[in-house]
Amino acid sequence: MKQNLIAWLLYSTRGHEFLIKGITTLLLAAGSVIIMIPLMFMISTSLKDPAQIRSDANSLIPRKPQNVSINGETFPLYRISIDGAEREMAMLRKLPGGMARFTDPNNPADVVELKLSEQTPLYRLDIHWENYPNAVTAMPFFRYLGNTMLVTFIGMAGMLFSSSLVAYGFSRFRAPWLNILFLVLLSTIMLPSQVRLIPIYIFFQQLGWVNTLLPLIVPQFFANAYDVFLLRQFFLTIPLEMDEAAKIDGANPLQTLVYILLPQARPALVAVGIFHFLYAWNDFYEPLIFLHSRENWTLAVGLQTFDALYTINTHLIMAVSVLMIVPPILLFFFSQKIFTQGVVFSGVKG
Amino acid sequence: MRLPSIRNLSLAQRESLAAYAFITPWIIGFLVFTIGPMLASLYFSFTKYNIIDPPQWVGLANYARVFSGIPEFLRTGDMRQLGDPLFWKSLQVTIYFASLALPLNLLFSFALAILLNQKVPGVNIWRTIFFLPSIIAGVAVALLWIRILNPRMGILNPFLQNVLGIQNPPGWLQDPNWAIPALVLMSLWGVGGSMIIYLAGLQGIPTDLYDAAKVDGANIFQRFWHVTLPMMTPVLFYNLVLGMIGTFQYFTEVYVATSGSGGPQRATLFYNLYLYQNAFRYFDMGYASTMAWILFVIILLLTALIFRSSAMWVYYEGQLRGGK
Repeated sequence: MKQNLIAWLLYSTRGHEFLIKGITTLLLAAGSVIIMIPLMFMISTSLKDPAQIRSDANSLIPRKPQNVSINGETFPLYRISIDGAEREMAMLRKLPGGMARFTDPNNPADVVELKLSEQTPLYRLDIHWENYPNAVTAMPFFRYLGNTMLVTFIGMAGMLFSSSLVAYGFSRFRAPWLNILFLVLLSTIMLPSQVRLIPIYIFFQQLGWVNTLLPLIVPQFFANAYDVFLLRQFFLTIPLEMDEAAKIDGANPLQTLVYILLPQARPALVAVGIFHFLYAWNDFYEPLIFLHSRENWTLAVGLQTFDALYTINTHLIMAVSVLMIVPPILLFFFSQKIFTQGVVFSGVKG
Repeated sequence: MRLPSIRNLSLAQRESLAAYAFITPWIIGFLVFTIGPMLASLYFSFTKYNIIDPPQWVGLANYARVFSGIPEFLRTGDMRQLGDPLFWKSLQVTIYFASLALPLNLLFSFALAILLNQKVPGVNIWRTIFFLPSIIAGVAVALLWIRILNPRMGILNPFLQNVLGIQNPPGWLQDPNWAIPALVLMSLWGVGGSMIIYLAGLQGIPTDLYDAAKVDGANIFQRFWHVTLPMMTPVLFYNLVLGMIGTFQYFTEVYVATSGSGGPQRATLFYNLYLYQNAFRYFDMGYASTMAWILFVIILLLTALIFRSSAMWVYYEGQLRGGK
């Protein structure tokens, strides 16, 4: 019987498929656990108090040892096994040689001595929801959040507005030098930002914009090469007949863009919008350089600075970290299909 | 005298005008935020400039600082002979990280993409789980991982000790020899980002190629070697180029993990971090601009090198002799 099964798995086509699917599922399940543990650790740490983090840091469940009081004194509770039978007993004290003395809380006269490492300490759930309100008041969280949202959403609007105009210009018209300009645009995608950053910093400093949100927002209104490229590729898939019909109806080029192309390109616009959200929300480098005072910081810089000053407050830092990763995760779940299509579009066709 | 009106233009001229009108935002942005600053930073790289005083022309002094002392170093092997040992240290750190992170990332994300391309139950849920870490990159993730890797309070070392039985697990970010592997480990958590691109590439492989291979009696390994791998090389190649450029821009994780110091003992002084320190800690804008331009040249050379060598190993469908 057993040998038949092995033969079926190894030598028949159906068996083969079954075997491969089984191994795949096992590997994926194991991998998923590895991927999820860090997130679980983040959430559980955000719900522990400092004492739990010190004494029980690597438990993924926020918990405290269960205690019992006997004659006014408290002792930790253990589940012990004597001759195969399990009982809950309090540990009175540790003894030399790895032994410990246990007693029945209901019958203190009943005392046994057992090897400590073979008994299991009992825990109770101990969740500290108050870490969240404490965390958002320990630092100017809502100020940081407001700044981050201003940078993210105004920048996103600017990027969508300017990049659609430019992508339209590059996809629907013939003009001298236009193809060469498009190649120039493409080559700037590969350009390392450091080679531009220092003069841009000095430029914004002379404008008096350093330590304001403007250096993070204003450049978005001048189109982003990567987003232009994606939108142009998408515009090219929209049939020209639609433009021409609009032209015959008397639409000017701007009206054609607004009423014909943009509604059709909604998935592409949503995709580049999401990419921009993730970029701006998580960006650390530019806010670090341009924002110097606390009231202007974004979440990324505010949280990093809080960690640098009060790294001992792991529970509060993890609570704010959880709050910070929730919006990208929600956005991802609500737009998963468009999102993955966008990644695919940029990664494979790119 | 009348100004030329738009009505007097030919149709072709009007079309050109419209095109340029629409791309104007990018042209302005390109001049103000790309080409202008690039030329300015090239100029700064020949100056001594601390922002407060006007830039002072120093000729090739900044470049000399980088490249002087190389013969002495090669003779003695003593890094102190170099004009700026930290520059070379930062280059070494970056290349070391790339040499570990890029192959491992490729291996894991490609293997993962192959697994996730199988028709197993719940495949969409698995894909979501593996992709999740790559959308929450940044400060929060770095703050999480420095706690996971913490030798006393983290969860990784207890796991290594109690489950895998490793007696003396490394100090990770606190140990100069293990800090880079620790950052590599952190980066591998985000393999889902390149996995999704490989997955799309795998799904783009026409199934008739596999069917033909099966008819020819190719087993699963032969199908992988002769169909999957050649069809995937353009995507692998694209990711390799991006990964290389990305390593030279690596910043947030190491800044957060070391509070911007590049410690312990400068073991994590990445190129971009050292550039940042020169520019925004020491306000040595001239030298930082020099580093930026050297970085630019390095990336150009690497990209050219990869493109050149790609002819040997990248397979593009268009080259298929005999047609599909």
